[in-house]
Amino acid sequence: MDDTVSVRDLVVERGGRRVLQGISCVVPRGAVTGLLGPSGSGKTTLMRAVVGVQTVDSGTVTVLGRPAGAAELRRRVGYLTQAPSVYADLTVRENARYFAALHGRDHAHADQTVADVGLAGAATQLVGNLSGGQRSRASLACALVGDPELVILDEPTVGQDPVLRADLWARFHAMAAAGTTLLVSSHVMDEAGRCDRLLLIRDGRLVADDTPAAIRAATGVDDLEEAFLRLIKASEQEGSA
Amino acid sequence: MNPHILAATTGRILRQLRHDRRTVALLVVVPTVLLTLVYFMYVDQPTPPGQPTVFDRVALIMLGFFPFIIMFLVTSIAMLRERTTGTLERLLTTPLAKLDLLFGYGIAFGLAGVVQATVASAVAYWVFDLTTAGSIGLVIMIAAVNAVLAVALGLFCSAFARTEFQAVQFMPVVVAPQLLLCGLFVPRGEMAGWLQAISDVLPLSYAVEALQEVGAHADPTGTMWRDVAIVAGAAVAALVLAAATLRRRSG
Repeated sequence: MDDTVSVRDLVVERGGRRVLQGISCVVPRGAVTGLLGPSGSGKTTLMRAVVGVQTVDSGTVTVLGRPAGAAELRRRVGYLTQAPSVYADLTVRENARYFAALHGRDHAHADQTVADVGLAGAATQLVGNLSGGQRSRASLACALVGDPELVILDEPTVGQDPVLRADLWARFHAMAAAGTTLLVSSHVMDEAGRCDRLLLIRDGRLVADDTPAAIRAATGVDDLEEAFLRLIKASEQEGSA
Repeated sequence: MNPHILAATTGRILRQLRHDRRTVALLVVVPTVLLTLVYFMYVDQPTPPGQPTVFDRVALIMLGFFPFIIMFLVTSIAMLRERTTGTLERLLTTPLAKLDLLFGYGIAFGLAGVVQATVASAVAYWVFDLTTAGSIGLVIMIAAVNAVLAVALGLFCSAFARTEFQAVQFMPVVVAPQLLLCGLFVPRGEMAGWLQAISDVLPLSYAVEALQEVGAHADPTGTMWRDVAIVAGAAVAALVLAAATLRRRSG
């Protein structure tokens, strides 16, 4: 089995609205899969379902061979929420060391992870005093510190400067090369080209599920944003026909 | 539960408290200031022969109440923050067990309650000459059990508040009836039957009775131990209820 995540006919309703309308897709092992779509398209809900914190109305989500949210997955899956969920009244290092301890990792490992996300210089600062981008990286360190097999990152690069963004993407690919599976959401289309595989969702439906090269080839355009526009138009025409 | 995770969680909560120096200062200083007020309020009041002074009676019960009120407030807000900032949801995606978190809070703020009660008791006994038949150690022990009860109730009540404004409103709801009916203002035996019945189901009534036992008897009495056990039992029950409010999955 080469798929780390397998989603089948997933339906989720929130507040009387169907946020996910029967999504089926897979996330292959050891690759960076991008989850793209406009704000409100259901990206976060799909990620929450994979992590196992989302109540699901129907369909199945299988993660590493187990139903999403199974107790043993909690040490194998790392989750970065969109809003940085770290303790503002602790330092970066204290946050990382705490989440490391929850995963049975030591202080040295936590400090290394803080350095890996480019926060070595801010390790002793309170998270509450950091910039938005730094805070988000502190949160990222806490998601990665347990060396999870599957990493789910909800918009990890928002607010990061271009150099850091490139560094983070290089790190994601290095992790994938080492066998980690990554599912990364973004609403920035220029990040789509950095992914090994793309899932495009819109209004709770899957519009595309392919490699960037295949999507370019199928639509006949080089620019992924333009390619997505064509895919969306095509799917709308299909829907109304 | 996992001892390493529990220890890490307790340490994390204490570290958060340590970074908040103003809160630590308030925790330690406020009870002493209030005790000073009470001392000077009653210092000239006549004492009926053969009875403890009014200050001895009131201060002893206050020593049990400080950690209860303060730890309830601190815990409600701390737990509400965990819920609203997303750290709770994140913690529940890690190997941490619900009881690791709840006991972590119980131990961390229980310890804070012990420090607070120790400072307040030291001032009461050595500065204001509080006199009890039993030992100061028993008073601090009862205060510590009260602190743990308050933490447990705070963890539970935080589930019913969406904002800090609401969380603070639970303080009078949970604390005021227990303060009014505990026997400090009117002895429990002299209350109307229905008030006594309410008083009988409020855990703080037993904490106050335990403190009064320490005030009146040189050695710990059976009644005191029974009362302490009831308060501790109420704390465990509140922790179990609090665990039921923690959901790993939500809509």
